[in-house]
Amino acid sequence: MKPPAFGYHDPQTIDEVVALLATLDNARLLAGGQSMMPMLSMRFVLPDHLIDLGRVEALGHIAAGAGALSIGALTRQRDLEFSPVVRARCPLLTEAIQWVGHRQTRNRGTFGGSLCQLDPAAELPAVCAALDATVTVRSVRGERRIAFAEFPAGYMTPSLEPDELVTAVEVADWPAGHGYGFVEFARRHGDYAIVLAAALLVVDAGGRITRASLTIGGIGAAPVRVSAVEHALTGQTASAALFRDATEACRTLEAMEDVHAPASYRQQLAVVLARRALDAAHTRAHAPTH
Amino acid sequence: MDPVPSRRIALSVNAKPVDANVEVRHTLADFLRHQLGLTGTHLGCEHGVCGACTVLVDGRSARACLMLAVQANGHEITTVEGIAAADGTLHPLQQAFKDHHGLQCGFCTPGMLTTLVELLRDQADPSEDQVRVAISGNLCRCTGYQAIVDATLAAARTMREAPARTADVR
Repeated sequence: MKPPAFGYHDPQTIDEVVALLATLDNARLLAGGQSMMPMLSMRFVLPDHLIDLGRVEALGHIAAGAGALSIGALTRQRDLEFSPVVRARCPLLTEAIQWVGHRQTRNRGTFGGSLCQLDPAAELPAVCAALDATVTVRSVRGERRIAFAEFPAGYMTPSLEPDELVTAVEVADWPAGHGYGFVEFARRHGDYAIVLAAALLVVDAGGRITRASLTIGGIGAAPVRVSAVEHALTGQTASAALFRDATEACRTLEAMEDVHAPASYRQQLAVVLARRALDAAHTRAHAPTH
Repeated sequence: MDPVPSRRIALSVNAKPVDANVEVRHTLADFLRHQLGLTGTHLGCEHGVCGACTVLVDGRSARACLMLAVQANGHEITTVEGIAAADGTLHPLQQAFKDHHGLQCGFCTPGMLTTLVELLRDQADPSEDQVRVAISGNLCRCTGYQAIVDATLAAARTMREAPARTADVR
């Protein structure tokens, strides 16, 4: 249970990081280390080079722009948890992050690290799916932006080239007064969820849903947006009965099976958690005041 | 093949400056235990599950098995050995663990203490639920946690009543 030998690099700028990625063979990035360090200790990964991002200050920002938040890839989960601007502009993220690991791991773990680890039941990728986040990526070839829907290439595999670095994630604001809900079921606090649900709703003054987002994590290889439910809700008057009927569609989602739960159990959880997340979002939603 | 990759690091450990040469693949936990002889930091699982190796990095709790020693370069580390006052007076949390049977075998205790020192620093009057959430990443197989929770709530009371006694632990 000790990491293997590797060459260690601790660049200070994004340019230095991407130059190293372009020239070193079999290099891995070390962000917060809360997943990479166990994988090194168990020797699931055997890099020749480890590039520590801990000294790249340009990766650690939370910037509130007009209409969107930009969150640096190396922003610690703990800093997101207590960020007033995140709480004000993106409360779904504040709520979800309480479920990410434990305080000791949130103190080190990073936003970009969670996204690139891309565990199917992880909270932060699900939030990015729910919010239609945009991921900014750099390499020596330049910068590109990836819609989060296109970010997962497969199970625990982001659609990144080996020489690319995630630098930031942009999250567009939902309208003031939108409702949000994040719920999950895990065996112990701090574990990855077995299934989770994230919901966002905009409800007008007449109680009609004008915009809906529903994401289920822990069911497929990557978080799933349940467009069937989103379409069924949009234009309807919000009510517990509507949510109960609409969320039945989650029972038909293709679900994985593993030692934790069979597929049918996950589908049942998806239905129940989707309903609870939507109920929470509805309770919190209030029509924008003009 | 290169010689074993290593780095010179300078950091503060329990408020004392430390200058050392470390193998880059060594974890902070192994550095503390084997190079500095600070064996109070316990290693249970070595992959970030049990919480026994928790230390404070710049005042924030972190698992010393999930950090490389080189990553501590330039930072302040506090281990369980650094919690008591310089004259050996136990931290109120340590005293409360003793008074309330907050430990039996003692294996998880260093991680419990470092984790809870941070909690009580940031939250003077935590609820029982908040204490339980705070130690949800620290496994104890002896106590059933009840005595640990009791001790923590007692320590919080002591610290609220006599804040001057609890010099800040970093």
